Amino acid sequence: MQPRYRTALFLLPATAWFVTMLVLPLIVVFVFSFGDRGPAGGYAPAFSFDNFLNLGARWAAFKNTMVLAPAGTIACLLIAYPLAYYLAIRASAKWRTMLLILVIVPFWTSILIRSYAWIFILGGKGIPSLIAALGLGHIQLINTPFAVLIGIVYGYLPLMVFPIYVSLERLDKRLLEASSDLGAPPFNTFLSVTLPLSMPGVATGCMLVFILLMGEFLIPAMLGGGKVFFVGNALVDLFVQSRNWAFGSAVAVALVLVMLVTVTVYMRLTRRWAGGRDDISLM
Amino acid sequence: MTDRNDFISHDKLMNEAMRYKRGSVSRRHFLGVTGLGLASTVLASSLGRPALADGIGDRVVLASWPNYHDPANFDSFKAATGAAVDLNVFGSNEEMLAKLQAGGTGWDVFVPTNYTISTYVQLGLIEPLDMSRIPNYDAAAFDPRFAGPGTVDGKIYAVSKDWGTTGMATNTANNNGKAVGSWKEFWDMTQAEFSGRTMVHDYQLTTIGSALKYFGYSFNSIDPEELADAEKLLIAVKPHLFAITSDYQPAMRSGDAWLAMCWTGDGKQLNRDIPEIQYTLGKEGGEIWSDFYAVPIGAPHRDAAYALINYLLDPKINMAETLFHGQPVADSRVNAMLTPERLADPILYPPEELLKNLEFGAAQTLTNPDRAELMARFKSA
Repeated sequence: MQPRYRTALFLLPATAWFVTMLVLPLIVVFVFSFGDRGPAGGYAPAFSFDNFLNLGARWAAFKNTMVLAPAGTIACLLIAYPLAYYLAIRASAKWRTMLLILVIVPFWTSILIRSYAWIFILGGKGIPSLIAALGLGHIQLINTPFAVLIGIVYGYLPLMVFPIYVSLERLDKRLLEASSDLGAPPFNTFLSVTLPLSMPGVATGCMLVFILLMGEFLIPAMLGGGKVFFVGNALVDLFVQSRNWAFGSAVAVALVLVMLVTVTVYMRLTRRWAGGRDDISLM
Repeated sequence: MTDRNDFISHDKLMNEAMRYKRGSVSRRHFLGVTGLGLASTVLASSLGRPALADGIGDRVVLASWPNYHDPANFDSFKAATGAAVDLNVFGSNEEMLAKLQAGGTGWDVFVPTNYTISTYVQLGLIEPLDMSRIPNYDAAAFDPRFAGPGTVDGKIYAVSKDWGTTGMATNTANNNGKAVGSWKEFWDMTQAEFSGRTMVHDYQLTTIGSALKYFGYSFNSIDPEELADAEKLLIAVKPHLFAITSDYQPAMRSGDAWLAMCWTGDGKQLNRDIPEIQYTLGKEGGEIWSDFYAVPIGAPHRDAAYALINYLLDPKINMAETLFHGQPVADSRVNAMLTPERLADPILYPPEELLKNLEFGAAQTLTNPDRAELMARFKSA
């Protein structure tokens, strides 16, 4: 068999998957977005831009997503970096494996079940009752944006920890010694050696978490009590409750466009960390 | 009723587990006292068991509502027929309709509400029932008010499961022992002393309908001006809500929420376990409804579907069901077996002066695009 055909043969499953599971559905969504709501809901063929002109009716959902997705990404980063640093640089080899496993263990249970646990932890008989018992007043945690943020950080932390850990772990430790030998105090070494060299991991982690958060719907639905609304929740509602598949498709197309623009800008911004390579945040 | 006294308590189970772990009892003793030995034997023997002689297959898929069936009845159905009931739980009729419209649900039986049935028939999604296969259904025994909507164009498409009302549950401990008694109070208190403590359904029919009652409009209104009033109220109330959810029992039980839009059965279950939580109807009116069993077209286990419906409509089984879920049933054969106290329960059977103000939901109340979009705007506001 010629190498050319062999290559094609090996690529066939991935291509078939890509076309049937991604390209075709996207085409359907694109076509639906110009259609109409059926009389009893669903889709009716039509050609108009009404659905796009009506996007303003979901502005709050877009706004919530565009605020909480970056906020969640930054919160994940701030918590994950010190943890990854400790795991990669400070922890002894014996402990490191153990601790890495502990970071992965929660993934063995469905996020749905873990979010249910948070409902009880953040509910009236959980942390708020503890705070009240300490005499610090009554607060509500569950069904607030803060609860959603906690759920997001909890759910997505490992996705941030691992890329940063890998980039720090690959870091040549002799560079740190060289920096120290040349008289740099530890903090300067961190700022001018460690941090720049770990940027590919940071960029990848942020990208992974941010993209997934933009489409998130489960955590806001469970910890936000139906009041903290992401675009993902608007989509579920449009397809499942109000059954306006045409408008739902338009919202989905808008979300894809917003993500394409954000991700393109992000890749441009992060490219200088890799000497002009565009794909740094995908490594 | 199933005798449940032979179940081992949680504490006893943990205690026995610790004894076994410490080595003070044998494995055989542990499996014996906890029933786990028997359970694993039964489990092993039921795996891969071929369909029984009457050949209805080994499973039946039921789409229904939360806390709506006695699991013991499913167990006895499986013991009698060999078909295990695979239960899918939903939050709204809209969700069920969307799934059926999209196709490929795999459901054999589902539980639609009165106002959906004509739409399902019109869209060709449910089949006229073969009544010869549901001998336990005796049309004469059922109250036509509740069983009637199952018949469309003279053909029976759905048989009556139970009926109920949509009112509100108040934790009276937070309101000087008083239950909220009107939709006016419901919405006003939510914006005042109950701020952050009220839940409304994640369902346009009841949430918009009950907001319409604040102004004295019909629960079923699709008048644009009346809907605009309801939307203004809902948007104003939203910051004061604890949650928008149809799964409101957990937050009422934990004490996080004090007031919830509520269906009869949930009201009964909450009141049974926590007597301070009282179920009341709005004095302006609101919704009365009835639920049905129906078979989607193309049901993969059609024989099992009919067997299950017939089984659940057996008056004895149906009585166990009503005692479990706390909704009244429309079958006079069942009611004849219930105690007078049960039949006088004001949660299940509200007094006539409140009942007469209630409205049945209309088909267009469910399918109206303005109401659907209003709800979606309210949620995303």
